[in-house]
Amino acid sequence: MSREWTTEDLQEWNQRIVELVQKFGLDPYSQEFEVCDYEQMLSYMVYSGMPSHYPHWSYGKGFEKLKTLYDYGLSGLPYEMVINSNPSIAYLMRDNSLALQVLTIAHVYAHNDFFKNNFTFRTTQTEYTIETFKAHANRVRHYIEDPSIGLEKVERVLDAAHALSLQCRRNLSIKKETEKEQKERKIDESRPRHDPHHAIHRRVEHVEPDLTKVPPYPEEDILLFVRDHNPHLAEWEKDLLTIVHEQAQYFIPQMETKIMNEGWASFWHKRILESLELPQNLHMEFIVRHTQVLCPTPGGLNPYHVGMKIWEDIEERWDKGRFGPEYDLCTASERSDWNIKTMQGRNKIFVVREVERDTSFLRRFLTEDLVRELKLFEYQTRGNDKVISRVADEENWRSIKDTLIQNVGTGTIPVIKVEDADYNSERTLYLKHAHDGRDLQLEYAEKTLQYLRQLWGHEVVLNTTVNGKETLLCVSENQLVFKPVQ
Amino acid sequence: MDTIFRPYHPSSGQRSDRSAGDRQRHRQKVREAIRNNIADIIAEESIIGKDKNRVIKVPIRGVKEYRFVYGENAPGVGQGGDGDLQPGQTIGQGKKGAQGQQAGDQAGVDYYETEVSLDELIEVMFEDLELPDLERKHLREIVTVDHLRQKGFRKKGIRVRLDKKRTARARVRRKKSAHRSGAANLHGERFPFHEDDLRYHHVVKEMRRESNAVVMAIMDTSGSMDTMKKYLARSFFFLLYQFLRTRYQNVEIVFIAHHTEAREVTEEEFFHKGESGGTFISSGYNKALEVINERYHPALWNVYAFHCSDGDNFESDNTAALNSARELAKISNLFGYGEIKPLGAGYYGSSMIQYFSQIQEPNFLTVQIQRKEDIWSAFKTFLAKDRANIKNEVNYE
Repeated sequence: MSREWTTEDLQEWNQRIVELVQKFGLDPYSQEFEVCDYEQMLSYMVYSGMPSHYPHWSYGKGFEKLKTLYDYGLSGLPYEMVINSNPSIAYLMRDNSLALQVLTIAHVYAHNDFFKNNFTFRTTQTEYTIETFKAHANRVRHYIEDPSIGLEKVERVLDAAHALSLQCRRNLSIKKETEKEQKERKIDESRPRHDPHHAIHRRVEHVEPDLTKVPPYPEEDILLFVRDHNPHLAEWEKDLLTIVHEQAQYFIPQMETKIMNEGWASFWHKRILESLELPQNLHMEFIVRHTQVLCPTPGGLNPYHVGMKIWEDIEERWDKGRFGPEYDLCTASERSDWNIKTMQGRNKIFVVREVERDTSFLRRFLTEDLVRELKLFEYQTRGNDKVISRVADEENWRSIKDTLIQNVGTGTIPVIKVEDADYNSERTLYLKHAHDGRDLQLEYAEKTLQYLRQLWGHEVVLNTTVNGKETLLCVSENQLVFKPVQ
Repeated sequence: MDTIFRPYHPSSGQRSDRSAGDRQRHRQKVREAIRNNIADIIAEESIIGKDKNRVIKVPIRGVKEYRFVYGENAPGVGQGGDGDLQPGQTIGQGKKGAQGQQAGDQAGVDYYETEVSLDELIEVMFEDLELPDLERKHLREIVTVDHLRQKGFRKKGIRVRLDKKRTARARVRRKKSAHRSGAANLHGERFPFHEDDLRYHHVVKEMRRESNAVVMAIMDTSGSMDTMKKYLARSFFFLLYQFLRTRYQNVEIVFIAHHTEAREVTEEEFFHKGESGGTFISSGYNKALEVINERYHPALWNVYAFHCSDGDNFESDNTAALNSARELAKISNLFGYGEIKPLGAGYYGSSMIQYFSQIQEPNFLTVQIQRKEDIWSAFKTFLAKDRANIKNEVNYE
């Protein structure tokens, strides 16, 4: 395939896009584009776009899988890959056509704007992203090359750490308390509250807080907890746990805002390209590509499509003033013609992109009409099939919405917290799964617990609910025991 | 806000192949996984009898990345396409969104197929056995010309082996020395090649010891051997043949089918052609002995004989079978008897295993194969015996 564009073309188009980006009020980091070929692109995708990343076989597996998917045409060619760093880095595939490059550039600026402005990304320290990943890579390579450690041992720790990496705090904008602060809080909480009517009330008995308990409050950062409380770990092992934890935390905001972020980027690339006055041939291709990206995948959920529809809906509603108690209380026929020309749409979407994450975004802005329009349905999995359990009608749309909210962001990761590091006074690690109606996949739970046992060095017990019964999964040396809780 | 464009750089080695190390490591993991599932894979019909260069697909369940994930009772939400949706309607497994998702949060997607060539698979299989290289008796090794190798240079030779570079160099050297000695003027005058300048590659023949093996595949094709039994037998011979192929340069296989009388047949006939009638096991053994004496003299060939039967022999033939078996065991490296009695065959006919227990030769053994899962273990037993023999041989020397 011969190339029909030059870097100068890209720069020219970029210039025009940047003007629009600024006109629309988007506020991105500086942007770097790197033109790469197909294989390079696959590599970037596998290593999360990072120019430098530590080695692990799972990335090799990822590469093979991705390559198979693309080679067999099961998945379209990757258009865009952009990473959350300052300056932001994005990759453009050399073999893509000019129209596709223009679309991608516009798309990338919107992602970039989202990274810079959405609150979930505030903790990601974007100035240091590239350097952090490079430093991680160097440290891991250093351990691999160290003759007293070596690949096998490093891999063993990484395998285990990868299994647990997403068991970490989800809302990173809430400050994490140190153990000392937690203990102080515990003491504070145990003090009797000031009671203006203490003369007539019975005195509340003072309960001494149990300060010996580790952790004082259930702990969600499992890797960090193991790192800080297993004295038998070597320094390099602790360092590996830190590395894996930090990388997982870096990606949590991206998981938390998948629908918003993709929707936002699609919303803006459409806006921008429509204002670019593309020549006919480019415009035709843009429409084709745009439709491909935004095409709902029947049976699946296309975050580009769902996200963009919601953003468009928000803009329209706030432009027409379709919000607030007056609108909510009016009749259906009034609603459909409701337009009080508030014209707050643009303003509203910029506020929303700053302060929401997928769960809150859907909770606030996924309306009944949208559930219908997007043809959302709820399904149960039976073997290899999905069986529809609810379709979007008057009765069910709320449950569908609730289920969707459960399944976005980090909602697909079970909440499991460390409750006690010295269960039964045997240094057994006791964890509790906050069961929300969804059972754990037991084979996976067992294997993951075994990894945790390996890192912890002692028995591990997980309290969860299996088929409606509270159960303890006890993992000791290569053995799993189910104990019902009385 | 600034924008920088970095134009395309064709991969500098380090960059393009950044995933090469991880891919290779993953590949190793896959091999381990294959090794762990080898018994299942071997039992897959599709592999048996495939061409050695064919690439086959092997389902791998090994290299999963485990995490805490939700199980089956967790509902999900999807988008409908055209048309109305009804509760209770079934939707086939949708494509998993491959839009650069974070590490899989779904269980089960790690079941995938990997492509390995049959050769690679066999290599993995035999790595699993941890077999020593089979050092054979000297007598059974034949010296053959393996290939030609360049070794040094000569001033005489045939034209095709002329080494132009060295020739040119020799000329320059001669020219320089002529100049130093003042015999020639370097400037202006032509200085042609001389016959002494010519250099030729010298080529030597590499000799190497080569070892040959012949597999005597003897199968009972009497009426009582049904398709299932034949399939089990076939799988076993396949393994044996593939194994020997990795150990010896020349492996030949002789197919002998017998009922009351034995014939040497083609592979096709061996496995597919049904026969009927009763069974004289001795006939098969005698045929094998005859073939060995004619074409595969034990002094030059490592003989591996294996016989598959369901053990339904005519009583009258038992003594003759025993004698022939003894004789065959004497001249073979290894002689095995596999009795195929599929589970649920209903009846347990007579068994030769007990009868053969009278044979004392150390390189004779019997195995019983009941299901396809047994094939691999039977095969291992068989080769373990071979290994034990080799050790004995070493001790004698």
